[in-house]
Amino acid sequence: MPIEVEGKTIETDEEGYLANLNDWTPAVAEAMAKEDGTELTDAHWEVINFLREYYDEYQIAPAVRVLTKAIGKKLGKEKGNSKYLYELFPYGPGKQACKYAGLPKPTGCV
Amino acid sequence: MSDVKKFMYINRKAPYGTIYAWEALEVVLIGAAFEQDVSLAFMDDGVFQLVKGQDTTELGIKNFSPTYSALGDYDVNKIYVEKESLEARGLTLDDLMPLKYEDEDDDWAEKDSIRVVTAAEMAEILEQQDVVLSF
Repeated sequence: MPIEVEGKTIETDEEGYLANLNDWTPAVAEAMAKEDGTELTDAHWEVINFLREYYDEYQIAPAVRVLTKAIGKKLGKEKGNSKYLYELFPYGPGKQACKYAGLPKPTGCV
Repeated sequence: MSDVKKFMYINRKAPYGTIYAWEALEVVLIGAAFEQDVSLAFMDDGVFQLVKGQDTTELGIKNFSPTYSALGDYDVNKIYVEKESLEARGLTLDDLMPLKYEDEDDDWAEKDSIRVVTAAEMAEILEQQDVVLSF
């Protein structure tokens, strides 16, 4: 289902992930979040930016277990746990945050 | 975890040209979620999968070699490379990506994941596995 962002039509797959990863801009993340009824805060952006850096380095979206551990290491223990991440991304930190970050659905995401 | 099995994924093919290398890597990453005892073996042309400085621009295929460096994050840190296969292709350990992991039981010290082993040692390692999957 395509989404409209700043006057441009952007293709997504049937689950709402970007069809073309290069189409991503911060405005795309905002638009996707709005559709889900979520307002993106700095705390959301920390995770989204982390995922984009991870993808840039390793060419994969990390599994949620890996994401949780890595967030804890990078952003502090109080953030490296499922409770914190699920509060930010109630549809699942892997699925929802990766979608906003313009990444494919995480490998091994169930 | 009561039923941890030893899983070995054998990689024998060059990284591009067939889908085997990428498929194997995806299966390993997916399988890692199940917290089994996972090892990887690279032999024959499979050793080319770990060569550093891969560039697939001319092939028009995604260069997935950076993903091997994520294996440590997935607690996959036993990566055996067959010595004879490296030598037959004029390669040494220095030609391979320096794959690392952080040892949780040793104050997160960074350690090398790759171990170069002889064909005879590889046979022994394979002997110890519960499940062997060949790609």
